[in-house]
Amino acid sequence: MFSYIVQRLLATIPVMGVVALVVFSLLYFSPGDPATIIAGDMASEEDVREIREQMGLDQPYFVRFGTWIGGVLQGDLGTSIFTNRPVADLIMQRLEPTVALTVSTMIVAVALAVPLGIIAAWKAGTAIDRIVMGFAVLGFSVPVFVIAYTLILIFSVWLEVLPVQGYVSITEGFLPFVQHLILPSLALGAVFAALIARITRASMLEVLSQDYVRTAKSKGLNQKEVLLRHALKNAAVPIVTIIGIGVALLIGGVVITETVFAIPGLGRLTVDAILRRDYPIIQGVILLFSFVYVFINLLVDVSYCFFDPRIRY
Amino acid sequence: MVATIESAEEDAVGQQGHDESALLEVEGLSTYFFTRDGVVRAVDDVSFSVAAGETVAVVGESGCGKSVTSLSIMGLLQTPPARIVSGHIKLQGRDLLTLPESEMRKVRGNEISMIFQEPMTSLNPVLTIGRQIGETLVLHEGLSEKEAESRAVELLRLVNIPEAERRVREYPHQLSGGMRQRVMIAMALACQPKLLVADEPTTALDVTIQAQILELMSDLKQKTGSAIIFITHDLGVVAEMAERVVVMYAGKKVEEAPVVDLFERPRHPYTAGLLDSVLKLGSSSGERGKRRLNEIPGTVPSLKDEIVGCPFAPRCSYATDYCRTDAPVLEEKAPEHFAACFHSDQLAEQEN
Ligand SMILES: Nc1ncnc2c1ncn2[C@@H]1O[C@H](COP(=O)(O)OP(=O)(O)OP(=O)(O)O)[C@@H](O)[C@H]1O
Ligand code: SF4
Ligand SMILES: [Mg+2]
Repeated sequence: MFSYIVQRLLATIPVMGVVALVVFSLLYFSPGDPATIIAGDMASEEDVREIREQMGLDQPYFVRFGTWIGGVLQGDLGTSIFTNRPVADLIMQRLEPTVALTVSTMIVAVALAVPLGIIAAWKAGTAIDRIVMGFAVLGFSVPVFVIAYTLILIFSVWLEVLPVQGYVSITEGFLPFVQHLILPSLALGAVFAALIARITRASMLEVLSQDYVRTAKSKGLNQKEVLLRHALKNAAVPIVTIIGIGVALLIGGVVITETVFAIPGLGRLTVDAILRRDYPIIQGVILLFSFVYVFINLLVDVSYCFFDPRIRY
Repeated sequence: MVATIESAEEDAVGQQGHDESALLEVEGLSTYFFTRDGVVRAVDDVSFSVAAGETVAVVGESGCGKSVTSLSIMGLLQTPPARIVSGHIKLQGRDLLTLPESEMRKVRGNEISMIFQEPMTSLNPVLTIGRQIGETLVLHEGLSEKEAESRAVELLRLVNIPEAERRVREYPHQLSGGMRQRVMIAMALACQPKLLVADEPTTALDVTIQAQILELMSDLKQKTGSAIIFITHDLGVVAEMAERVVVMYAGKKVEEAPVVDLFERPRHPYTAGLLDSVLKLGSSSGERGKRRLNEIPGTVPSLKDEIVGCPFAPRCSYATDYCRTDAPVLEEKAPEHFAACFHSDQLAEQEN
């Protein structure tokens, strides 16, 4: 088991290398010259060339990639063109709200969707099943910002039970921290929950028709024991996979959610950076997200062994 | 003399093979499937009983309602589409069909347990053997997880699984088909049930393994004294395993007799056909595993349409016009020997 994890970790190195190359190239080849932006409207050609040389932008592709990746490996993600501050610092500053938001979203979505999916599968074909799946379709098809504004309207404007916007760090008190996270997590989690609920239901339905479920019933186990002890573990692999994929979806959703709820996280940092063509920040954030994604994939893969003893490592 | 008096009483209450010491009595059981394209009469007015410690074989071709009968007894049918439309299933006089689900759960795996046809798919792939055997004991006998595991080891030894201490921690995929069926048997016997329903326990196995499993089952039957309903395609196996035989055709019981009687003097042409196919192939016992009871020409009628007359008529060489319009009822043709056929005397003469 341990050697399997190590082996899998080593296998992610080339993957991360390719990711880094893609992230770097994406911006290398994209139109728009950061030197021109920094120099400003009034600058002469001469000024722009000077800036370009200073920043190493005149160097060939592979040299620039080498310099960049060398820095990345030492935790240096470059310097923001706009604020002139290290990208790593900027990311660290914005990390907490985003981590808090994604983690709470995942908790909300999984805690809601998995039980609902199980119930829908158990009661397949009944009104309960149809109601749950109806919500799933809704959650899946309504855009994040619509859900977000609707939630704000109901809970903040009409009922006035939750704050409209903003973020409070956990260091400033747990209750306000949670209060500020509820609506964004619900908004962001809706799609995610819908997806997980659907997969959970489908996966459970398949398992429930298996012979071993009938065997479990023939022993006199009750519904709960059959569902949770015998069926769920068998259904877990697709569910965990979709949770992993959902994390990637979340990363996209974070940008919108943070904007709507005015949360000063990585999503906002990215949007601002894109608007200003602040390349080092964009690169840094994408690299971080990619890294997180590869890591989640690894976690998902390793978890398969836990759920299914037939999977060899 | 005694037999006649008894049978007179039975006729009065409309039951066959009724016995005061009966462990299980299935009376007029009808189980239908209500599907989109019609009602499937999978089991139609079937009655039989099983005495304590007795082995009763239920035989018949594929699709004649053997599994549906056993699932009806276990209360494991999916409703809908299945529904038990009439009848009683009494375990020591208690009607299982009227028991609330919570009470029925105390019967399953405890008083009646079941072995399924497919050992490869009937065990949960993600739980250890020990856990799967042990959970029945935890559930019905209130053992702790630890006690249950050591009992599981004993049970694995009982079914002759070598290295039981190691096997108990293994998963089903680490075991062969024969071993898995042994595990199923261990699981079924864990709480010393009064009745074991074995639905074609050896059909999916290799011939040599089949023989071993059958031997194990007869052996365990001696040790535990459980009654067994032994469902099979294979009349060849019946002689070794059972004391009494129920023959089913198209959802109905068409013959019932003590095993020797049935083999020597079948009273229903269908049974005679089944026996013929055994005799033809019976010389090479190696064939047994592959052989199915389909050597009688023709096919089982669809259970979706109302069957007029005798369901076996289209395939029966004794059939007369009468058979095609009127349905024969089950009658006692000889002591303890019941058959539903108008011409069973003619058949009996021929056999002699
Ligand atoms: N879920 C279902 N829906 C509709 N019909 C069904 C269903 N399950 C079983 N049947 C029908 O019930 C009849 C009896 O099936 P059953 O499984 O009891 O046969 P069997 O005697 O056990 O056959 P085999 O020897 O192949 O196991 C079959 O004709 C089948 O078509
Ligand atoms: S009743 Fe007629 S058709 Fe039916 S089995 Fe007997 S002889 Fe054949
Ligand atoms: Mg069957």
